[in-house]
Amino acid sequence: MFGDISLTKFLFGRLSLEAIPYHEPILVVTFAAVAVGGLAILALITKFKLWGYLWNEWFTSVDHKKIGIMYIILAIVMLLRGFADAIMMRIQQAIAFNGNEGYLNPHHYDQIFTAHGVIMIFFVAMPFVTGFMNYVVPLQIGARDVSFPFLNNFSFWMTTAGAVIIMMSLFVGEFARTGWLAYPPLSGADYSPGVGVDYYIWGLQVAGVGTTLSGINLIATIVKMRAPGMTFMKMPVFTWTSLCTNILIVATFPILTATLGLLSLDRYVGTNFFTNDLGGNPMMYVNLIWIWGHPEVYILVLPAFGIFSEVVATFCGKRLFGYTSMVYATCVIMILSYLVWLHHFFTMGSGASVNAFFGITTMIISIPTGAKMFNWLFTMYRGRIRYELPMLWTIGFMITFVIGGMTGVMLAIPPADFVLHNSLFLIAHFHNVIIGGVLFGLMAGVVYWWPKAFGYKLDAFWGKMSFWFWQIGFFVAFMPLYVLGLMGVTRRVSQFEDPSLQIWFIIAAFGAGLIAIGIASFVIQLVVSFLKRDQLRCDSGDPWNGRTLEWSTSSPPPDYNFAFTPVVHDHDGWYDMKNRGYERPTEGFRAIHMPKNTGTGIILSGISIVLAFALIWYIWWLAAVSFIAIIAVSIAHTFNYDRDFFIPAETVTATEDARTTLLAERT
Amino acid sequence: MPKQFSLARRFIIFALMLGALSGCNMVVMSPSGDIAAQQRDLIVISTILMLVIIIPVIFLTVFFAWRYRQSNTAATYDPEWHHSTGLEVIIWSAPLAIIIALGAITWVSTHKLDPYRPLDRIDAARPVTDAVKPVTVEVVALDWKWLFFYPDYGIATVNEMAAPVDVPINFKLTASSVMNSFYVPALAGMIYTMPGMETKLHAVINKAGEYEGLSSNYSGDGFSHMRFKFHGVDQAGFDAWIARVKQTGTVLNRDAYLKLEKPSAREPVRYFASVDDGLYQAILNMCVRANQMCMKDMMHIDMMGGAGKESHENKARLEHDNRHVAEEAPAATFPETGNPARSEEPAEGVEERQEEPAAMNHDAHQSH
Repeated sequence: MFGDISLTKFLFGRLSLEAIPYHEPILVVTFAAVAVGGLAILALITKFKLWGYLWNEWFTSVDHKKIGIMYIILAIVMLLRGFADAIMMRIQQAIAFNGNEGYLNPHHYDQIFTAHGVIMIFFVAMPFVTGFMNYVVPLQIGARDVSFPFLNNFSFWMTTAGAVIIMMSLFVGEFARTGWLAYPPLSGADYSPGVGVDYYIWGLQVAGVGTTLSGINLIATIVKMRAPGMTFMKMPVFTWTSLCTNILIVATFPILTATLGLLSLDRYVGTNFFTNDLGGNPMMYVNLIWIWGHPEVYILVLPAFGIFSEVVATFCGKRLFGYTSMVYATCVIMILSYLVWLHHFFTMGSGASVNAFFGITTMIISIPTGAKMFNWLFTMYRGRIRYELPMLWTIGFMITFVIGGMTGVMLAIPPADFVLHNSLFLIAHFHNVIIGGVLFGLMAGVVYWWPKAFGYKLDAFWGKMSFWFWQIGFFVAFMPLYVLGLMGVTRRVSQFEDPSLQIWFIIAAFGAGLIAIGIASFVIQLVVSFLKRDQLRCDSGDPWNGRTLEWSTSSPPPDYNFAFTPVVHDHDGWYDMKNRGYERPTEGFRAIHMPKNTGTGIILSGISIVLAFALIWYIWWLAAVSFIAIIAVSIAHTFNYDRDFFIPAETVTATEDARTTLLAERT
Repeated sequence: MPKQFSLARRFIIFALMLGALSGCNMVVMSPSGDIAAQQRDLIVISTILMLVIIIPVIFLTVFFAWRYRQSNTAATYDPEWHHSTGLEVIIWSAPLAIIIALGAITWVSTHKLDPYRPLDRIDAARPVTDAVKPVTVEVVALDWKWLFFYPDYGIATVNEMAAPVDVPINFKLTASSVMNSFYVPALAGMIYTMPGMETKLHAVINKAGEYEGLSSNYSGDGFSHMRFKFHGVDQAGFDAWIARVKQTGTVLNRDAYLKLEKPSAREPVRYFASVDDGLYQAILNMCVRANQMCMKDMMHIDMMGGAGKESHENKARLEHDNRHVAEEAPAATFPETGNPARSEEPAEGVEERQEEPAAMNHDAHQSH
């Protein structure tokens, strides 16, 4: 690598003007749109002098609420990118028939399906889920922040750095063309020599740092910072599912990091862990990546289950049925999720006994999942169901998800999987559980907790539009994929020969169009609600007649969350407090000890982007400089002793008095 | 098992009706090979078993959602009701019962339909007898086409295969460069093909016809067109096909294979009337090129405790992937420049290797 020392090569590694895809009209137009949009946003921020506000109040904030909101903003922005990829694939597959090559050649199409998967899982679902856990968990357990507030800020910015690295590949170089899990040998240096897989690796490695640290942080928070009286079996179900999810994160993300680390050694140093040569074994990679990959599915869906549990109990006006069995079901799922990874490759030729073992463990997961479904069902029984938006999403989930669960069990039977694996049936199945389970849960969470975060509800009309277009769009888009799977059509194909398939792809593309309207309605809902915020205002703090502690404080909650740490006596703490005629304390406030903002997180994240970029493009001097910079900044940060401050008692009193006045006005 | 399958058959008609209803040819639900048919039966059985739970759940969801709506004040409202041991027992045991049934079916069927297991029946009515001699087909997934060897007949074909109806087919499968998956939906389930490794598949086609075969595991640029025709023909037709291959085919020696192996898409059907001895084994062991050490030899050395310090001299002979891109290769490859995804230089790579001194012949390592 150091043999040829020309100056340009030293300075720029393998980066050259050729890497800028100025000869690709689609990308040039996209870049122009992004650049114009980006400049417009920057100009507006400058015009309204918001830079200081953003830096001081948001970017450097260690407040778990603001970090949670920033995670969700990241997720929504990346959802638009990931969905743009989805629409492009649907259109390509709908027209690429009868010798028509469509408008995307394999070089583009292969990048798009890879990017779609990577973005939707790592940069939409993950930040969305993490954002909710960040925002809600401390409030639900009556804490003032997470255990390690700076770490939290740092985790967020590392996740964002990963997203930036992936987005950069759109305009500088290319992205991986390997599928979202980058199986070697295809992803090895021999068969993917370009920068695509390197973008993939470093994007995920950088984001992975954030995810792992955030997992550690939240486990510590839940275990150590619960309000007095809140024993484990009195924790809200969302907190329980968050705990299990974060345990899964901490236990599995290191596997991903190690696996990608081995792959990068293969690609950078010339080792042979996963090559065909010299005793490398690609099957090992497939095993390792799925030992991470399967628990990842539950990392995403468990918090969604938690959201549904909160929503069902609240809107049925009834305590959750079978709290204990819900908790055990969650823990059982957490453990079993480690014992099923092989079902992702029954077709690799493991023996019958191995396949049967993993098939049966997979099916066993459907027992606790089924129990959860019944628990929600019997929470509705003898309830008084208010059809607010979160409940609509929940009912939509219950009906959609059981279908996905059923097709999942079918795929768990190895001989049946032999004909369904890698087919569009499989694609339909996992979109059925990820959209019908995770995404519906996240949307329910947005409408449920929005009033808590911003003090006003979201507009119901556009919310219903969004719900119905998502729900109907999902069925129109993915039921044809089930049919196509049974017609023997497999995934990742960009051109087709059999004209009888086309009609199904056209229906699916139409369904994707409906989902696009659903997403647009969601964005409109946010805008309309912001404009109508005075009509939608609900600053009592408890708009839904909630049951858990986050509803006991104001909306939006003050920086310190709770003026006095609540004391919990029963499951559904806030409901219990209301029942006992809880009186809000109005005097005796004390100064509150809080963590101080710091810019170290965003600075480290910025340098990490530079480091990743340098590694991707073989700019070794820059990699060395930025690596040293990361170490230096980290060490310098440890000498920052100015880390905390007290919110004076007067400020707390003033804030709480303002609320007292407000509540008095409302009644 | 037969009982379950006979139960299934009743519902297969139902499934076929569904297929006909949607006006499409669901090959997975109406296959032409016995293995695929049994796999289809499993899909049907498991669906029915699960519907036992799923339908009541969906029905109850809709019913409760309607019955306990806020405006229906006639319905009982019991905000404190949150536990019932009886119900808990039911909601855990009902799915458990279904899973026990499905688990039993899974255990049995996974062993019975293990792709490595030689067939014991031609179809539901006819067992395999000793009189039937299976056809062996050795499959190689290349970039991006399929190569089929018929060792019993000494021929090979590209992107077309044929098999006699009602005769068991023993597939042995491997790949030249990256993972693919061999899948003929009408015949049997898929199985991965992987470089340097051999997988197996046993199947039989019961109806004459022309069926689609494909790669079902993404393998790069030309993947979409990595398809072939599978001809199920009667014995006479099969013999005629073999004769045609022998008559019109060319020779597949190692050089011809190395040319064929280079990445290309939409390859036409090709016939090879004769095949170099041991070519499939050489492909499987990644030692088609001259001076390459075969995987099995390497594994033998390792099994004997390794070759010690001298083994570094074998290194070059064990580097199979011949598309290592030279450092000056562009970082990003763009189709506009005419470069396909993988480097264009495999042929040069091959020559380079051949120029390397062949001085690493240690007799000790060539012991067999």
